[in-house]
Amino acid sequence: MKSRTADRWLTLAPALVLFAAVALVPMAELLAMSVSHIQWLQGKAHWEFVGFDQYARVLSDSLFRAGVVNTLIFAVTAVLVQMVLGFALALMTTRIVRGRTFFRTVFILPILVPGIVIGAIWKLMYNFDFGVLNQMLGAFGLPAIDWLGNASTALLAIIAVDVWHWTPFVFLLLLAGLESLPQDVYEAARVDGATFWQELRYITLPLMLPTIAVTLVFRMIMGVKVFDEIYLLTGGGPGTATEVVSYTIFRRFFTEGQTGYGAAMSVVVLLALVLAFVVARSLTRRREVVA
Amino acid sequence: MLYAALAVAAVLILFPFVWIALAGFKTQISLLLGEVAFTPTLANFRELLFSSTSDYLVNFRNSLIVATASTAIVLVVSTLAAYSIERMAWPRWTVHGFLLGAAVFNAIPAITLVGAWYVMFRELGLYNSYTAVVLAHATLNLPIGIWLMATFIREVPRELEEAARIDGCGTVELLWRVVVPVVMPGLAATAILVFIHSWNEFVVALNLTAKQTATVPVAIAKYAQEHETKYGEMAAGAVLSTLPALILLFIAQRQIVRGLTAGAVK
Repeated sequence: MKSRTADRWLTLAPALVLFAAVALVPMAELLAMSVSHIQWLQGKAHWEFVGFDQYARVLSDSLFRAGVVNTLIFAVTAVLVQMVLGFALALMTTRIVRGRTFFRTVFILPILVPGIVIGAIWKLMYNFDFGVLNQMLGAFGLPAIDWLGNASTALLAIIAVDVWHWTPFVFLLLLAGLESLPQDVYEAARVDGATFWQELRYITLPLMLPTIAVTLVFRMIMGVKVFDEIYLLTGGGPGTATEVVSYTIFRRFFTEGQTGYGAAMSVVVLLALVLAFVVARSLTRRREVVA
Repeated sequence: MLYAALAVAAVLILFPFVWIALAGFKTQISLLLGEVAFTPTLANFRELLFSSTSDYLVNFRNSLIVATASTAIVLVVSTLAAYSIERMAWPRWTVHGFLLGAAVFNAIPAITLVGAWYVMFRELGLYNSYTAVVLAHATLNLPIGIWLMATFIREVPRELEEAARIDGCGTVELLWRVVVPVVMPGLAATAILVFIHSWNEFVVALNLTAKQTATVPVAIAKYAQEHETKYGEMAAGAVLSTLPALILLFIAQRQIVRGLTAGAVK
């Protein structure tokens, strides 16, 4: 029995060691960096303690503020559209008999492709001079639109890319949820003469609520991480129209070399997300109990 | 009606892929003119694969090395950890705390850690090394690995293990001889998902690698970011970069679906 206790620790140890070395140590270093001014001289970092000044700067940084606003607009809008479209597609797929595997295979495709490739695809499609979207507009005699270069359309264009990229994922999760619902409830409802909308309102939606809630939280979190498409398509512009927090961190830390300041910004974002995640999790937990 | 709607959705999803694939076979001039009818050419692929100025084959090799190594680490570490928390009689709060910690870590954007990794690996002399990217990718994928493996190990019948214990199996032997064979499909699902995550990952690779260790997404971004975007090469590079995922989708669709859905819903 004693050797079992040792095994218990030994089997968990690799995960703990890896996590401590590559996650906890860097997080501690991030905290240390965030209160320091760091300069690179001949490949060596020179640290100088500056206290919490950099945190104060983060909160008043107008680029960061724009990033927070855009990230929230982006995550909420994109995910809501994905939820509606994904749910509709999943619902339709459960009602067909033949070709389910085919549609599922096609719909999985965007999930498996690198974000950078998604960016490359849409860089071609959105191009002002030769992009297929403007070609289509031209074919109908409509003026070309500078999708990514215009402050009023750029964020929408990025949201559209994200909807295209991740609706399939929402579809897949909701389809898995729908396929695991108990069928006898539906049979009973049909015997009672329930219409499609009644079924949806009184059976499907209430039963799916936990899955929907989990998917929503999961996608929102992933939405806040958006980086690749912004990097490739707009670089945060025009102006600050598509600036998102992960891009601001990248810009401050790597492009401008503000190591300490970038670290402070990272800490702020990291803490905010952990907090949001814990709150969202406890809320969805309670939902599950109710439903 | 249903089929029509689904077919429209399928076309909307497939069209952009077809479009970029076609672009890969167009010359820069044909692309800039927006020609719909064009004479296909392999020039972009030739440039990418055989030109002395192109690093694409090196990038491809780097991506294979990084994705394979980080997948291997995640599989070993997460199978051990998942077995530990599922079957080694830890107190409930430890298990919950561990899984919650993994979920919280999974919610953190990689970009917030990349800066710290950059400084840390540079101080260790590991900047621009496979080790740095592999460790970062392995750690980022550890939560999902543990989560998935825990789900699969939970389904292994306890009787199997008890029988093996009575026969005098130690923990390692038990895992290797009994648990691993039973959860093989689950391991495959986890491996595919982690491999694809690592293959696709951009922000970590962008900031921890340089010329010699750059991965495929970094290379594609470079074509797109040059002063004058090389659309043809960008498209060709993008097309080639999706090959591993396409191959996996055709040979292991069920495992992919299983990995994706078990990872999120549960």
